[in-house]
Amino acid sequence: MADLRTNLAGITSPNPFWLASAPPTNSGYQVQRAFEAGWGGAVWKTLGEPIINTSARFAAISFQGKKVAGFNNIELITDRPLDVNLKEIYETKKRFPHHAIIASLMVEPKQEKWHEIVKRVEDVGVDGLELNFGCPHGMAERGMGAASGQQPDLVQAQTTWAKEVAKTPVIVKLTPNITDITVTARAAVNGGADAISMINTINSLMGVDLDSWQTVPSVAGKGAHGGYCGPAVKPIALNMVAECARHPAIAVPISGIGGVGTWQDAVEFMLMGATGVQVCTAAMHHGFSIVEDMIDGLNNYLEEKGLASVSELIGKSVANYSEWGNLDLNYRTVASINTDVCIHCNKCHIACEDTSHQCIERKIALDGTPFLHVREEDCVGCNLCSIVCPEPGAIDMITLPYEQPPMTWNERQTVLATYKGK
Amino acid sequence: MTKSKNLRSLVNVSDNFREVECGLTDVEASDEANRCLYCYDAPCITACPTSINIPSFIKSIATTNVKGAAKTIMTANPIGASCARVCPTEELCEGACVLNHSSKPILIGKLQRYATDWAMKRNEPLFKAGEPNGRSVAIVGSGPAGLSAARELARFGYKVTIYEAKSEAGGLNTYGIVSFRLPPYVSLWEAQQVKALGVTIKTNTAVGKDIAASELMKQYDAVVIACGMSHVPMLGIEGETLSGVHDAIRFVEQTKTEPLSSYVGKKVAVIGAGNTAIDAATCAMRLGADSVKILYRRTVEEMTAYHFEYEFAKQEGVEFRFLTSPQKIIANERGEVKELECVRMTLGEPDAKGRKAPVAVAGSEFTMDVDIVIKAIGQTRHHALIEAFGLEHHHGVVAIDQHTLQTSVANVFACGDVIFGDGQGEAMVVSAAQQGKVVANSIHQRLASRQVTTH
Repeated sequence: MADLRTNLAGITSPNPFWLASAPPTNSGYQVQRAFEAGWGGAVWKTLGEPIINTSARFAAISFQGKKVAGFNNIELITDRPLDVNLKEIYETKKRFPHHAIIASLMVEPKQEKWHEIVKRVEDVGVDGLELNFGCPHGMAERGMGAASGQQPDLVQAQTTWAKEVAKTPVIVKLTPNITDITVTARAAVNGGADAISMINTINSLMGVDLDSWQTVPSVAGKGAHGGYCGPAVKPIALNMVAECARHPAIAVPISGIGGVGTWQDAVEFMLMGATGVQVCTAAMHHGFSIVEDMIDGLNNYLEEKGLASVSELIGKSVANYSEWGNLDLNYRTVASINTDVCIHCNKCHIACEDTSHQCIERKIALDGTPFLHVREEDCVGCNLCSIVCPEPGAIDMITLPYEQPPMTWNERQTVLATYKGK
Repeated sequence: MTKSKNLRSLVNVSDNFREVECGLTDVEASDEANRCLYCYDAPCITACPTSINIPSFIKSIATTNVKGAAKTIMTANPIGASCARVCPTEELCEGACVLNHSSKPILIGKLQRYATDWAMKRNEPLFKAGEPNGRSVAIVGSGPAGLSAARELARFGYKVTIYEAKSEAGGLNTYGIVSFRLPPYVSLWEAQQVKALGVTIKTNTAVGKDIAASELMKQYDAVVIACGMSHVPMLGIEGETLSGVHDAIRFVEQTKTEPLSSYVGKKVAVIGAGNTAIDAATCAMRLGADSVKILYRRTVEEMTAYHFEYEFAKQEGVEFRFLTSPQKIIANERGEVKELECVRMTLGEPDAKGRKAPVAVAGSEFTMDVDIVIKAIGQTRHHALIEAFGLEHHHGVVAIDQHTLQTSVANVFACGDVIFGDGQGEAMVVSAAQQGKVVANSIHQRLASRQVTTH
């Protein structure tokens, strides 16, 4: 068994799988069930002034018959009194001393409010704090959540206020509803954050009912934007994690959130710089037991790769992520169709013909059997054919030998500038 | 309710004639539709004799545009609801599905049924008749080929009259395919769709008896012969006229038109091993027969029934006796069938068509106890009718131009089983549907071009 223990800015947990601050971590009952199921940590549903929620809160989109490709919610932070939550946190921590319990916090952007709540939650023995600067709906209209998370100065100030009194590590949870997440990430770091977590949910309207013409979900005939999450947001989250991980001024651990539902997702986030991951939608879709395969699959993967500890994954792919200007313009890859594997659906042909570079020809062999042929000289190596191909192994993207030495756009511009200079 | 091992009711045999296959539920249809790859120039379309745009109708099901799916199907195939149930899909569309090479083929037939069932249930008109063009066409027979030709001609604006000898439209689909595969309401709905375009179907009107062939040729601008085939021929053995000897076509027809008679306790022998023999044998099982044996003088290799029909029959409990030929039907004292004398066969040299000729094994005669003998050794031809129109034919198979399906008589066209045989054509329902379309197009081209020249 590989060592799955993680340490995020001093917060330790038996494995990198935490439940994110969300409906699954609403109560001690739920968090204790999660720990029994195998989750390594839980970020408690955000504490603050108890709110009033609407009825009809969630919605999801299906993609070609598959449920919950994306998920959205208009639920706010905890609707239970702070002392009830604190009592349950205390009891849960006592039962599970080695699991990570992090309190998610959201209060008005005032120094005394932050001081007060930090002290109160730390008194019951949490392992860390997560400042919720990301909730995009409802709370944002009251100047909290994403509203404060979209202003770098407020992010920095509030982080500073929390850090002034915090004894446990402070994680700042960032909103993706912003042009450049590294700006707010740096603000958090400047405010003294011990770690950052991302992404919170993305502004979304899930749909419109074709019969009633009401929004989905609809609350008594009215809708409001919610926060989008689930499998569909993973690429957005992964990019934001990677952008922060490779930023030289953001040298704090990252807790990766956004569409994580499997051990493979977790590995990708960790390779891109996350120390651990947080999960919500997948648990809401399938229940807490999904963590079993996450743990097992991750362990098998590590063993197969000959890695003793999951921490060896952290950031290993970050150096492979850069700007477009640093990509090699002289690298060439082309599609190669394996006729013996091809099942002749012609999806590659029509994709290339209609929407790419018209280089996959339909031909007939001497024995009369149809086959597909890539005109390599016209293939730009876009990958589209191999993306739409339903049969594994039918299309390989193969690397061609260099005809010109490697050169990036940035290098090219530098060379051109030299010539101009002369 | 008493049920035997294959869940037949022996008390209420009509229960056994309910449709065997269930339709897909909405969820099943959605799952299956979403599995379709939406191939480009899909081989399933090529494999369909009527060239239904299968990926397109499946995509429509996936987007819940079921009406669009039904229209796509019925546009290409006017009897698409029947074909959804009776097509040998594993030999056609599903057999060509590229997913055969990868996982499992898409259940195209069942998806087609899902869409056409929807259309039947909603009973929304899918098509409109064309602007009347002043020309008229008579069609002899309202089976798959005749209905298909009529639907297309009506859309072109022709005034179409179908002459049908039986009391209901639909031909083979209404009378000849077992109810538990194809309930009569399906083909009757298809006929209703055609009638809704203004086509007149004169039932109980036999051409050659109630109206002369020459009269049709005189009254109409074109005539379509889609009369199919006739009864089962004589075996030519002793005892063939005894009580208890039936014609398979007539036997199946009775199960679809008359109160079902129980076969509980009966031992049945079916002679022949084509799809009609399977139909008769499975009907007999479902009527409660004690045992049903299919006797065939060749082997499983040569039998003409589809493989899935053979499998179905075995599951139904039908027994197969290959290399067995009936010699004599023996009566009891009341003149009813009592025994069947048979002889064992062996396969000799291939005949002209390459099929090995069965040869009797001398001295191998034996008898089996039977109460019912059902003959299913092919169908005779409507010779008199064909000759009344003066059409060239080979042993009752009407000679046609392969492309236009025009007969030897200028404005007479033929389609369906009447042109099947003698090495020509296909006996499938779906082929008849396609031929009906071809005939309609040929007539339209011929008459439209004549219109141009006369103006």
